[in-house]
Amino acid sequence: MIELRAENLRLAYDDRIVVDDLDLTVPPGRITVIVGANACGKSTLLRALARLLAPKAGTVYLDGRSVHSTPTRQVARQLGILPQSPVAPDGLTVVDLVTRGRSPHQSWWRQWSSADEAAVTEALRATELTDLADRPVDELSGGQRQRAWIAMAIAQETPVLLLDEPTTFLDLAHQIDVLDLVVDLNRNEGRTIVMVLHDLNQACRYADHVIAMKAGKIVAEGPPTTVVTPELVEDVFDVRCQVTVDPVSETPLVIPTGRHHAVTDRESEHSR
Amino acid sequence: MTVAFRLAAPPISGTLRPRLLGVAVTLGAVAFLLFCLGMTVGDYPLSVGKVVAALFSAGDYYDRVVVYDWRMPRALIGLFVGFAFGMSGALFQTITRNPLASPDMLGIAAGATTAVVGGIVLGIGSGLGTQPLGLAGALASALLIYLLAWQRGTTGYRIILVGIGVSWACNSATSYLLAHAKLYEAQQIVGWLVGNLNDSTWNLAVPLVIAMAVLVPVTVALSGWLRALHLGDDVAAALGTPVQAARLSLLIAGVALVAFATAAAGPVAFVALAAPQIAKRLAATAAPPLITSGIAGAVVLLGSDLLARELMPDTQLPVGVVTGLLGAPFLLWLLARANRAGSGG
Repeated sequence: MIELRAENLRLAYDDRIVVDDLDLTVPPGRITVIVGANACGKSTLLRALARLLAPKAGTVYLDGRSVHSTPTRQVARQLGILPQSPVAPDGLTVVDLVTRGRSPHQSWWRQWSSADEAAVTEALRATELTDLADRPVDELSGGQRQRAWIAMAIAQETPVLLLDEPTTFLDLAHQIDVLDLVVDLNRNEGRTIVMVLHDLNQACRYADHVIAMKAGKIVAEGPPTTVVTPELVEDVFDVRCQVTVDPVSETPLVIPTGRHHAVTDRESEHSR
Repeated sequence: MTVAFRLAAPPISGTLRPRLLGVAVTLGAVAFLLFCLGMTVGDYPLSVGKVVAALFSAGDYYDRVVVYDWRMPRALIGLFVGFAFGMSGALFQTITRNPLASPDMLGIAAGATTAVVGGIVLGIGSGLGTQPLGLAGALASALLIYLLAWQRGTTGYRIILVGIGVSWACNSATSYLLAHAKLYEAQQIVGWLVGNLNDSTWNLAVPLVIAMAVLVPVTVALSGWLRALHLGDDVAAALGTPVQAARLSLLIAGVALVAFATAAAGPVAFVALAAPQIAKRLAATAAPPLITSGIAGAVVLLGSDLLARELMPDTQLPVGVVTGLLGAPFLLWLLARANRAGSGG
């Protein structure tokens, strides 16, 4: 199983340092979710793990080799990333988009093999887009569009898949669809998944491993049940809350308190 | 709807898109017909049949002399200049994801023009001829646009606006140079400025043909990277494209195509803008198809030149006047469409 790991990462945009001296090991074959407030560096970290951003210091290792010194096509056969809200060119059809996911596996003489065709067919089936294959991506609904991009990443057939806020701009039903699909990829195909998610409760429900970030540092990581506590949520998100048990998945369920509601006994007993 | 067939003889495999192939072959046949028709025009009467016979080294000796020595440079320059403009337009429009970002809008052709005019007026590099000057000018203006606009993100109107700025700066420089030109130089330049095939000779055609023989295969070889860049930088990188190197080499190829074409025939307006859009609409593809855009460019240029010579046989109307007349309404239509769809930027 391919291991993804980072050592002493320093990430910056020009002179503004976003992440400094960060170490991280992604558990192979599991779903890892990175959470944190806006601008805490979680998307930046994901981009660095996927070699879309070169670190100022430190190294990202994929399968024991630095991602920035490995040929990028070779990395693309092992690691896929879906960036945050990508935009498809006008008129590009779903099947054309999904087919692009095969490009790391193609070469001069091998433009469209039976393996390519099988991967694209399977990706379309898994995302329930087979009937929409010939429609232009820009004419689809938000949920269908996001599924088309995920289908492209699936067709890439990488053992490690990174997703940057895959549920953004989706309604609730489509959010659940996408997250269930991610679980399928993990359970059925053993892919290692790393996601950035905004919704803490979805993170608790879908993650095997949660990484909580604040100001460019990892403040806690581990299984959701041990990591997600009222103290941590207050520290990371600056929000007072209660944490109870999700009746469906029996994972932590975070309920923010806010200023207009009295602090109940339950919260005081948890947080004090 | 996209129809694609899989062709495979393991380990070799590929796809065949019947509609794209059909459009390319049809446009290719039209281009060949216009290429031959263009060589029938002139004082010595020749039929299309005689031209074709002469092309294949058959037929009358005098016909062959007329075709090869007199008329072929013009036809060849028209063919390749059109092809180069069409192909580079497809390159730029795909990289920027913007149908308005063609090299003639961005001031790359204008940069080549300024360099060539400067060379004629100031007598710099007159020994070099127009081709290296055009190349240097196109590269310089492309570099300027790259530095001013291209460093962060490639899409949007930023490139267009900076490009238009560079274009106007080059045009002013050209006007300044013209004002200092001697009368006979100015006359020579003005004819060339609008895009002109009237002065075609083998001396102009040979460097162009050699440049195209190198640039076209190189560009086609880079088309895989072009397809990836069309999805945006991040997705292209995720799919294993070396984004910086890919974009730089594609831009250099595109700039070189424009530079050699401009040096041979002047900045012929609108071909680079219109041909890729024509090819894209005929073939119903998401991005302008490279080779088909080139063929469409050749059809537009050869057709416009033929039109100019048929309509006004006595005045030697420059081909750029015709492409300008045809292109202006096309540009307006494209702008109106882009605005309505909320895209184009």
